[in-house]
Amino acid sequence: MSIDRREFIRIAGLSTLLGLGGKTVWELLAPGQVEAQLMPKANALAAKRWAMVVDMRKLDEATAKKCVDICHKVHNVPDFANVKDPKLAVPPAEANRWQIKWIWTEHYHNAFPGQEHEYVQERVKAMPFLLLCNQCENPPCVRVCPTQATFRRPDGIVLMDMHRCIGCRYCMAGCPYGSRSFNWRDPRPFIKEENPAYPTREKGVVEKCDFCAERLAKGQMPACVEAAGGGLTFGDLGDAKSKVRETLKANFTIRRKPELGSNPQVYYIV
Amino acid sequence: MDDNYKNEFGVFAERPKVEKKIYDGKYIFLGLIIFFAVVTSPLWQNLGKAIPAPVPKLDTPVIQKLAAKDRKCVEPTAFMRANHMQLLDTWRTEVVRGAKRDFVGPGGVRYTASLQNTCLDCHSNKAQFCDQCHNYVAVTPTCWGCHLDTGQKLAEAK
Repeated sequence: MSIDRREFIRIAGLSTLLGLGGKTVWELLAPGQVEAQLMPKANALAAKRWAMVVDMRKLDEATAKKCVDICHKVHNVPDFANVKDPKLAVPPAEANRWQIKWIWTEHYHNAFPGQEHEYVQERVKAMPFLLLCNQCENPPCVRVCPTQATFRRPDGIVLMDMHRCIGCRYCMAGCPYGSRSFNWRDPRPFIKEENPAYPTREKGVVEKCDFCAERLAKGQMPACVEAAGGGLTFGDLGDAKSKVRETLKANFTIRRKPELGSNPQVYYIV
Repeated sequence: MDDNYKNEFGVFAERPKVEKKIYDGKYIFLGLIIFFAVVTSPLWQNLGKAIPAPVPKLDTPVIQKLAAKDRKCVEPTAFMRANHMQLLDTWRTEVVRGAKRDFVGPGGVRYTASLQNTCLDCHSNKAQFCDQCHNYVAVTPTCWGCHLDTGQKLAEAK
C-alpha cells in the first residue's frame, strides 16, 4: 500500500488540526494557576517614572565611596582588584575590562565628555561624579538584546533577567555609558561578604544597576540613596509634587550624553 | 540468479563468482562480543539490584520549630512534589519580569516568591532535600549557579 503526495498532505493537515485542538495544547495555552496567585507586595513602592538626581555639591569622596561600597555589598558584586592569591589575580591588561561595577566614580571629563574644557572650575574638576545605569527612556541596550533579557519596565527601570542572559554582550556595545559589566570569570570566590538574601551572578552573564528593583519591591529606597545622606534624590517623575521634581525645578541639572537620544534619567547638579 | 547482469564493459555476461566468506571472522566476532559485553556491563552489574528511591528529609531546625499544623509548604505536598519546577519557573518569570513578588497560597497565606529567601529558609538542607532527588533522576537544575545555598551557610554559622 502506498499513498500519493496529495493524500499525505491531507492526512498531515488533518492531524495537525486535531493536534492543535487537543487537550494538552489547550492546557498549555490556558492561563496558569500559579500566575494568578502572584501579585506585588502590599508595601511595594510604585511610580510612573523612577528617576534620580545626583547633587554633586553634597557628595564628597567619602560619601561617594560609601554609596559604591553599600551597593556592591548588597548586590554581591565581586571585587577583583584586591585578590590575595597571586594565582587568581587579574592580569594587569584585563584589570579594567574584567572589573564589575554597578555604581562608580569618574572625573568630570570622563563623565561628561564633550563638555569639558581646559579651564573648567577646579571645584568641578575635583568632583567624584557618581555614575550608574541611567535607566534610559529609550534604552539602546534593550533594543539590541536578542533574548529580551534586558527589558524596560513600565515604571522606567531597565531591568535584567539574568535567567535569560546568554552573555552575547550586545548590550555592552549598545550602552553609551559603560554601565554594564561582563562576568569574565566566576564571581563567587571574589565576593568579600555574601549577602544571603540576594543571588550572585554566574560566569558569562552581563550585569548592571537596576535602581534596586528588589528593594523598591519591599518598600525600601535604593541602597545608594540611603547611604548618600541627602546627596541622592530618588523618586517619581510622574508625580509633580515628588522630591525629584521639586529638586529638578529648583536647580539647573545636566545629564550624561543627552545628545545621543537615549534620554537618560539620572540628573546631575554640579 | 538474474539474467540481466552486465559486466563493466556493458556486455551481458555471467555473474562473477565471489567467494562468500568473512575474512578474519573469528577476530571480528570476538571483538563484537567483547564490545557488547563492555557496553552492556553496567546493565549486568545492576541487574536485580534496586537503588532505593531517595527520601527527602524534612527535619530542618526551622521546620521542627513549627507547630504540626503549620508544617505545610506553599502548596499541598503532592502538588509540590509533581509541579515544583513549573511553580519555580513561573515564580522567577513573574518576580523578575512582572514585579510580582508575593505568592498567595491556598488559604490566603502570603509568601515571598523566592527560592533563596523562602524555600531555603525552611528547606535549609539543600543536599538532602534538593540534590538527593535531582541526582537520583539525573537532572541538573541551573538554579545554584547564581542562587546561594544560604541554608548551609546558616547551619555552619550556628
